[in-house]
Amino acid sequence: MIEGQRNVAVGTASPIPAAAALLVQALSGGATRASLLGSQVYNPFNDGGSELHDRAGQGRIDVFFLSGGQIDGTGNINLVGTGEYPEVDTRFPGSYGSGFLYFMVPRVILFREEHSQRVFVPKVDFISAPGASADNIHRRGGPYALVTNLCVFAYDRSRHRFRLDSLHPGTTLDQIRDNTGFDFDCPDDPATTPPPEPKRLSLIRDRISSELAETYPEFASRRLGHVPQI
Amino acid sequence: MTDESDGTRTMAESPYVDLDDLVGRIPDGCHLAMPKDGAGTAAEAVRALIRRGISDLHLVCLPVGGYAADLLIGAGCVSTIECSGVSLGEFGFASRFRAAVESGGVRIKDATCQAIYAAVQASEKGAPFAPIRGLIGTDILRFRDDWKVIQNPIADHDDPIVVVPAIKPDIALFHARLGDRLGNIWVSNSRECVQLAHAATDSIATVEEIHDGNLMEDERYLSGTIPPIYVGAVAHVPGGALPVYSPATGAINHEHMKAYASAAKTEAGFRDYLERHVMGARQAA
Repeated sequence: MIEGQRNVAVGTASPIPAAAALLVQALSGGATRASLLGSQVYNPFNDGGSELHDRAGQGRIDVFFLSGGQIDGTGNINLVGTGEYPEVDTRFPGSYGSGFLYFMVPRVILFREEHSQRVFVPKVDFISAPGASADNIHRRGGPYALVTNLCVFAYDRSRHRFRLDSLHPGTTLDQIRDNTGFDFDCPDDPATTPPPEPKRLSLIRDRISSELAETYPEFASRRLGHVPQI
Repeated sequence: MTDESDGTRTMAESPYVDLDDLVGRIPDGCHLAMPKDGAGTAAEAVRALIRRGISDLHLVCLPVGGYAADLLIGAGCVSTIECSGVSLGEFGFASRFRAAVESGGVRIKDATCQAIYAAVQASEKGAPFAPIRGLIGTDILRFRDDWKVIQNPIADHDDPIVVVPAIKPDIALFHARLGDRLGNIWVSNSRECVQLAHAATDSIATVEEIHDGNLMEDERYLSGTIPPIYVGAVAHVPGGALPVYSPATGAINHEHMKAYASAAKTEAGFRDYLERHVMGARQAA
């Protein structure tokens, strides 16, 4: 999904996508550049937070990651809250860059660990950013894939629907159906997501975890076992 | 006194005031703007503002809010917040923001980052509005009566585009690494502070350290310096961003941020935090 792409940007509060971007950068020998919002080291921007958005607006960001408190089957994402707006039942932090970047970045990978009917709903309560737009709307990009802790969906832009791409090891199709609130397309015999090769795994645990710790110290120590250097 | 004609000050006309005098410049009902956490949050000034009992703030976050926004909201100082999100980043939800929005205790003007940047930059240019791509088909746009969709007047084909009105805050408040005795403020590459200083009617800042010399005369500092024509008053407040990450010093108080995130989950926990860390005598968080 990211390999072979030139400019991969990662927003705030996204440690796993950040780790993926750093991994591809490390494997690419410099062909892929990872830009982590909030990082002092892995961030080629020096003109404030607007620079990332400006570059995306120009078409100079190839891949970005977004998530959602709710995500529906047409790729709409909700980062604002559940229930009736504005006095929602549960308020999420907010739409952040999504209302612009989902239109402007060619490949937006949706990432949400929790795979449940609470998250993957038939229709979102609030559209922070739409999966699809009318033909007359200027739009360069949009959803490309949806990665969860159970599976990977690919997004079909002509049909505005997700298609199951692969099941993570140990996951069954029934499990996906039981935990997904929206309808999706499914091949007869879905593939299994390949686990990371041992070489990549050790790269993640050594180099990537220490690179990540600069921006996400809590995550790096808790989930990747990174020991801070004193 | 500041000479408004060219913004110069003499050494005798110090812009430096103490922290209480600094926040005394922010009136109730003020449109107050702050940069995102990590670009220079004036956390100590915000705590002083709460101690003073400020009310009815219209808070503009460029483009998102964090600890300081959550603290002001929890303390009941904010009536409206305009932002594209509020969270404590790696430390989790901004629980007081969340509770206030859910209960209707604070009015929210939801946006997306680029819309707030564009609106502030429009104000820098003295323009009435700014065009921005995206947003069409979102509920962000649907609930913003002040945003319009127009036909791109330059295009010769059907091309709807959103325009957002300029945001002109009354006062911008931020924390910076250096201030010299002439009132120049060095924010390094925290462009949010520069954008807000240009856009707002007045700006006030706390600074980490006093710089001997003239920041405007040193090319290494020049491009990251905000001159006194924009900055009405400055207070010297070492550690003024804590517990929030400060680009000024690289310092962040992880334990304090964790403790705040945890305390703010409940109203009682938040009240206890306020008593211990805000309402008492001034103390660095």
